[in-house]
Amino acid sequence: MIDIRGLHKSFGDNHVLQGVDMKIAKGESMVIIGGSGTGKSVLLKCVLGLETPDAGRVIVYGQEADKGDRDAFLARFGMLFQSGALFDSLSVWQNVAFRLMRGANKLSKEDAREIAIEKLRRVGLKPEVGDKFPAELSGGMQKRVGLARAIAAEPEIIFFDEPTTGLDPIMSGVINELIREIVVEMGATAMTITHDMSSVRAIADKVAMLHDGVVQWSGPVGNMETSGNPYLDQFLNGRAEGPIEAVR
Amino acid sequence: MHANIGAHSMSIAAGFLASIGAAVLAFCATVGRISLFAASAVSHMFRPPFYGRELLAQIMQIGFFSLPVVGLTALFTGAALALQIYSGGARFSAESVVPSIVAIGMVRELGPVLGGLMVAGRVSSSIAAELGTMRVTEQIDALVTLSTNPMKYLVAPRILAATLAMPILVAVGDTIGIMGGYLVGTGRLGFNSSGYIKNTVDFLEIGDVTSGLAKAAVFGFIIALMGCYHGYNSGRGAQGVGRATINAVVSASVMILAANYALTEAFF
Repeated sequence: MIDIRGLHKSFGDNHVLQGVDMKIAKGESMVIIGGSGTGKSVLLKCVLGLETPDAGRVIVYGQEADKGDRDAFLARFGMLFQSGALFDSLSVWQNVAFRLMRGANKLSKEDAREIAIEKLRRVGLKPEVGDKFPAELSGGMQKRVGLARAIAAEPEIIFFDEPTTGLDPIMSGVINELIREIVVEMGATAMTITHDMSSVRAIADKVAMLHDGVVQWSGPVGNMETSGNPYLDQFLNGRAEGPIEAVR
Repeated sequence: MHANIGAHSMSIAAGFLASIGAAVLAFCATVGRISLFAASAVSHMFRPPFYGRELLAQIMQIGFFSLPVVGLTALFTGAALALQIYSGGARFSAESVVPSIVAIGMVRELGPVLGGLMVAGRVSSSIAAELGTMRVTEQIDALVTLSTNPMKYLVAPRILAATLAMPILVAVGDTIGIMGGYLVGTGRLGFNSSGYIKNTVDFLEIGDVTSGLAKAAVFGFIIALMGCYHGYNSGRGAQGVGRATINAVVSASVMILAANYALTEAFF
């Protein structure tokens, strides 16, 4: 269970988050939508402790993000980065097995490789891909490898940062489907940020719309079309006119 | 009218002083940030987990692969030094000092300083570009989410590797530099081979060598620290990485020269 209360974060004069409140239940898939530069990525980084909020609290399974054992806290998470963020000095299988080969419960190289190959297979990649380097792969394959790395240590919570950005519509559909299947299969709690509505419809149980540093609307994905919320309506219909300024 | 001109010149003076003040404050803040970064990196060298494989890889990268550039720099410097000292020494009939002055000059000063500057160009830039690219492509954030501290995994091994590798690199460079002087001395200046070597060994003291190697260790620390600091805190995009690389090389080079003077005073 992720509980975000009154989160504030500014960069100089830019008040990105101005009191974000959000609750994500265990096993739920929450998708956060909003235009570019509305603080979706900052929110995600605050939850992980990659950015320190100016005010507010993030509580994950009863533990505050910035207190206590950071390793134990981070061990609950897996994350798929927007750019993939694969380590280009390591082979694909070493990327996937990165966490498995380090820390208190580290596995032998052989065992870690076996799990990495299995996870690669789970995201639709052949075992031979394991010995390639990230730079040799296409964008779609890099996303799959990133996904395999995110799920390798079977985390309880998985974050997806713009999972379909830069992919063609078919590959986007494939990645959305994979995310949905994996989240359901693992029973994981998922938090996705995106502005791709096909991702929202494929992945979400619940949706939160972020704008002007606060959550403007949140509710089940099925209620989106009938919300009556002017911000959400403008976003869903892609209109230039409305409460959200077109030039930001 | 006069009052207006007075107020105007006062405001120009105040603006000038304010800009000096802002620059001094920014400098102090940077020194503070670099000191904290260095302290954090050093503390991670002594706390587990240790990444031995990373350390070895960096020693190879920073030390072994810098050998050609340091070796060539030392060879030509030693050779030029022999010619210059011969020409200077001839003015008061002291040509015989060539072997000993080449050795002392290389070991105490030119070996560590020129070696340090060459390695700064090669290593600081590559560390800053590598870490900067990792920052920009979110690889450093990814490390954190995979429960790996980037200070421990990326920064500490690089700084430790450079601190350990530089003295070895400079020791090899010193030897090659002395050999450069020997080749010119015996080939061009008419020195007798065994006499040149005897002169070199007799006048060189252990303190000359150790002070040069201690300098090299400090320079190694500075080189990797500047590369890591600027790369780790790189700005966004290709421009951010480019700026990080420039800042790393320039600051490492200037700090090497400043530290060289301070250490020479200390060892004097």
